[in-house]
Amino acid sequence: MALPPLLPKYHLEVLISVIFWAYLGIAWNLLGGYAGQFSFGHAAFFGIGAYTSTLLLLQAGLTPWIGMLLGGALAAAFGLFEGYLSFRYGLKGPYFSLVTLAFAEMLRVVSVNTKAVGSSLGLVVPSAKAAPAMFMFAGKLPYYYIILVMVGLALALTWKIGRSRLGFSLAAVRENEDAAETAGVDALGTKLRAMALSSFLTALGGTFYAQYFAYIDPTITFGPSVSIGALLPAIVGGAGTVLGPVLGSFVLTPLSELTRYALRGRAGADIMLYGAILVLVISFLPQGIVGLVRERRVRAGRR
Amino acid sequence: MTWGLLLQAVVSGLLLGGVYGLVASGLSLIFGVLRIINFAHGAVMMLAMYATYWLFVLAGVDPYLSVIVTAPLFFVLGVVIQKIVIEPNRAAAEHNQLLLTLGLALFFENLALVLWQGDFRTVKVAYSGASFMLGDALVEVTRLVASAGAVLMAVGLFALLRLTDVGKALRALAEEPEGAALVGINVSRIRAASFGLGSACVAAAGALITPFFYVAPDVAESFNIMAFVVVVLGGMGNFVGALAGGFIVGLAESLGAAFLPGSLKQLVVFVIFVLVLLLRPQGIFGGSRGR
Repeated sequence: MALPPLLPKYHLEVLISVIFWAYLGIAWNLLGGYAGQFSFGHAAFFGIGAYTSTLLLLQAGLTPWIGMLLGGALAAAFGLFEGYLSFRYGLKGPYFSLVTLAFAEMLRVVSVNTKAVGSSLGLVVPSAKAAPAMFMFAGKLPYYYIILVMVGLALALTWKIGRSRLGFSLAAVRENEDAAETAGVDALGTKLRAMALSSFLTALGGTFYAQYFAYIDPTITFGPSVSIGALLPAIVGGAGTVLGPVLGSFVLTPLSELTRYALRGRAGADIMLYGAILVLVISFLPQGIVGLVRERRVRAGRR
Repeated sequence: MTWGLLLQAVVSGLLLGGVYGLVASGLSLIFGVLRIINFAHGAVMMLAMYATYWLFVLAGVDPYLSVIVTAPLFFVLGVVIQKIVIEPNRAAAEHNQLLLTLGLALFFENLALVLWQGDFRTVKVAYSGASFMLGDALVEVTRLVASAGAVLMAVGLFALLRLTDVGKALRALAEEPEGAALVGINVSRIRAASFGLGSACVAAAGALITPFFYVAPDVAESFNIMAFVVVVLGGMGNFVGALAGGFIVGLAESLGAAFLPGSLKQLVVFVIFVLVLLLRPQGIFGGSRGR
């Protein structure tokens, strides 16, 4: 924690990237891991967050600190709408994944075709001078501390939920929805709560991205790479566990940076690697890294 | 909006629809037998388009003729994918199988990006620009051949499923997996055949469109989503539905392009998709399984 001020700039950037993707993984994990609803379209919430705070900043001069909460609320509302439609009509498993993907793609197409939100040219976030009250800082270090705090809060929330009534309901719904309902769990309400929390947190990540990179466009924010980037750390680290997404990101993100560095000028090499890792993890480590560690521990205990 | 424009949109839609139908038939076949929504379907098509492109550029093979090479080649690729990647994970949870094919899709799509970069490549054949007028509508010969060829192949697939032993085994497996195993069908072989045939279908579709469509890695994604829409619309595992769904989506897309500004036509396809998934997940023609 104290080391980053001493790190060279490139390493700090990688570290921010690791923690940023861990954050999105944690947000995805609440819905995908804990509730067992695999969203392929978390980019929708990410984009809503990024666009809401950025447009409020550019059009009304509102500070992104408030804009990000409004974006989060809007994303949660959209998540509830999406979730209510899907769950109400009984969409499960892959069908839910496809619907979430379709919603994210719809938002991408709409934003590409809407001049008011900058269409495909995107939006540039002012970043010339530092203004902490406006979520603008000189240098990378403040952003590192911000995303670190965000991850800390999201982890604490996940940990708390896991031990709460909601957490038990989520586990019950994930393992066997019909049995959970028979036992008196409100399955629809439980899944919607997970959806709202997950989309709210994801949207905050969108605002962070907009402020940190000072530029957003429809493909970056609403495109499939954010959706995949959010689910991958959770799956690789261990879906439905508190630390899974963090472990996953610490493995995946530096690996992707290294690949990009090693195969400079070859676009796609890092995502190609992600694809291969996804296939390997599902085949050999279906419970992720956390699952592997747990299995080892159980075996050691037996001895 | 003039009648000419409307007629043109209808003609373009119908010409696109046949190809969509063939792509979706392959996806539907894989789903029917394996119960897997194959996310890598579009990526297989994209690879087949590159195969067609390179056969044309390096060996001068006509795109239509190259189907003789690419269809069997991609049948083998499909069998290999099923045997090595999907089959060992048969017991895995449904969403994990979906992630498996998503991983394959990411791998193939970006492999193409690494190998051949993102630039659009086109196959320029002597008949590329050939066209004729049908009333007020312009009909490109390459699009007509692609649509007619695709429908023919889909009919061929249908005949294969109805008339041959492999076809009967495939249908038996789709309807009653355990019963099929009980009567002595080699189920793992038939599962491999379904992935192989599905991939051969989409490879043939890829070859048929290269004379008028650009070849690039991102073709995978757009055809993938389109194929999901068509299959959901026609009913998962329903071949006639897939073919009919192809024409409906083709029409909806080209009418959307005529009426809506910019790239908003893509919205039409997604809206249909979500509505059908929510309201009639068994498809408008009924499928083997709904929700």
